[in-house]
Amino acid sequence: MTGWQTLFYKEVLRFWKVGFQTVGAPVLTAVLYLLVFGHALEDHVKVYDTVSYTAFLVPGLVMMSVLQNAFANSSSSLIQSKIMGSLVFVLLTPLSHWGWFAAYVGSSVVRGLAVGLGVFAVTALFFAKLSFVAPWWILVFALLGSALLGTLGVLAGLWAEKFDQMALFQNFLIMPMTFLSGVFYSIGSLPPFWQAVSHLNPFFYMIDGFRYGFFGVSDASPWLSLAIVGGAWLAVSALALHLLRIGYKIRG
Amino acid sequence: MPAISFQSVSKQYSTPRGVLQALDGVSFDIAQGEFFGLLGPNGAGKTTLISILAGLARATQGRVLVDGSDVQTDFAAARRKLGVVPQELVFDPFFNVRETLRIQSGYFGVRNNDAWIDELLEALGLADKASAGMRQLSGGMKRRVLVAQALVHKPPIIVLDEPTAGVDVELRQTLWQFIARLNREGHTVLLTTHYLEEAEALCSRIAMLKKGRLVALNRTSDLIRMAAGNVLRFKVDGELPPALAAQARITGRIVQLPAPDAAAIEQFLAEVRQAGLTVEDVEVRKADLEDVFLEVMATDQSAAGGHRWQSPV
Repeated sequence: MTGWQTLFYKEVLRFWKVGFQTVGAPVLTAVLYLLVFGHALEDHVKVYDTVSYTAFLVPGLVMMSVLQNAFANSSSSLIQSKIMGSLVFVLLTPLSHWGWFAAYVGSSVVRGLAVGLGVFAVTALFFAKLSFVAPWWILVFALLGSALLGTLGVLAGLWAEKFDQMALFQNFLIMPMTFLSGVFYSIGSLPPFWQAVSHLNPFFYMIDGFRYGFFGVSDASPWLSLAIVGGAWLAVSALALHLLRIGYKIRG
Repeated sequence: MPAISFQSVSKQYSTPRGVLQALDGVSFDIAQGEFFGLLGPNGAGKTTLISILAGLARATQGRVLVDGSDVQTDFAAARRKLGVVPQELVFDPFFNVRETLRIQSGYFGVRNNDAWIDELLEALGLADKASAGMRQLSGGMKRRVLVAQALVHKPPIIVLDEPTAGVDVELRQTLWQFIARLNREGHTVLLTTHYLEEAEALCSRIAMLKKGRLVALNRTSDLIRMAAGNVLRFKVDGELPPALAAQARITGRIVQLPAPDAAAIEQFLAEVRQAGLTVEDVEVRKADLEDVFLEVMATDQSAAGGHRWQSPV
């Protein structure tokens, strides 16, 4: 293994050692959402003609879990090791900014996908019958979405100096943007103003494109979603690589 | 080529109260294989200098070379040659001791390193703690793991930033035996410490920092030779006259005065008697590194006097 692979392995091992908290708990949360919303709304909400509401909900919940956990992984690892001081062990190594980036984003993708697969397994097996019209889109958006949120987690982890600042990022930015991105509804059902606002939310395209892979129908073209999500990832990656290279807030 | 070369290193921090000059044009070299001591009071800039060396901080001006590699532009090569024991007692709570060492080794691209890891565990008295979680270890044990982590990639240069702060006598001895062995085997050692007797016993050469400036740099034996020579030490039962107190180092009832010759000793004792004080346990001893340290720190370095403590080389 070269240096970055060890850091990647260490980051995966870190969340895996507390798997109940980092994988089990988010799977349970998503299943509870599905139970409650599916039960309450199944007969009242019609999103697409060919898709039941519970089936519609499953990909959204899977993707929401993927995104939130990918973000949580890199951001919490960085802020914890900054505050505990153990980041010094990585700072002292010859790892380049590319190595840091690959390890932190890569492990976030693994955590996001692990939670996503868990949510998917439980919900798809027990609650709804799903189709897989375009499986490559499913994979592409799962990977890109988790990489984008893992990279945002790196930015938040570098920037935040206290757990409180991290909570600000998590609860006032990531949480509302994932919640208001069409996980629980099709944005076609919103008034025009809120539809327009939703189209400015990059999280909407991740979930919409991901869902397209299952049903072959979506609010936006999957190609447009791919372009927006891919472009957003490149932009935040460039910023994260720059901050890692200059040692923003981690090298004095 | 020197093992470490500090070249006009300055560091400024912007603080809410203005610019803090942590280091001011510090230059000196550490030769291959030296056991080198870096001394100075708290806030003198020792840790800042070591942070710049290790890549944890950047110099505002100047540069640092490790075995010829610039710590900024050629950081990967420089960091491979350095094993740094940080001052703070930090650890990663998720892992046990062996995992911690394997991971640290992997960061440097060193695989299949268990033979050396076992040797380190043995030498540092950690063999029976290999599978203990980091969280369960006592402070002293955590400190040993920090040392093992610094050495796990077999660096030729070892940097120890106050490794014995708050450490019991037994561990200090284990640690110094091990570090001295590594030094005999050819490793260069850079040490900062507050324990001056440790520095005197271990370091062949010493640099002293004061307020970010280099104020002394010489062989340890030469530094001690250049000091006052002898020290008059006695216990006293009351307060010293102010003129005398100003020259003395006072620890509770113990008074120590630099005494170059017999006349000075007689003079001091006469003054104490005249003040009506009773003197006990009088002795005259050779000056040690602590006396040199205090004398250097008391000297006004803005005057040219600072050069007295620096060897011409």
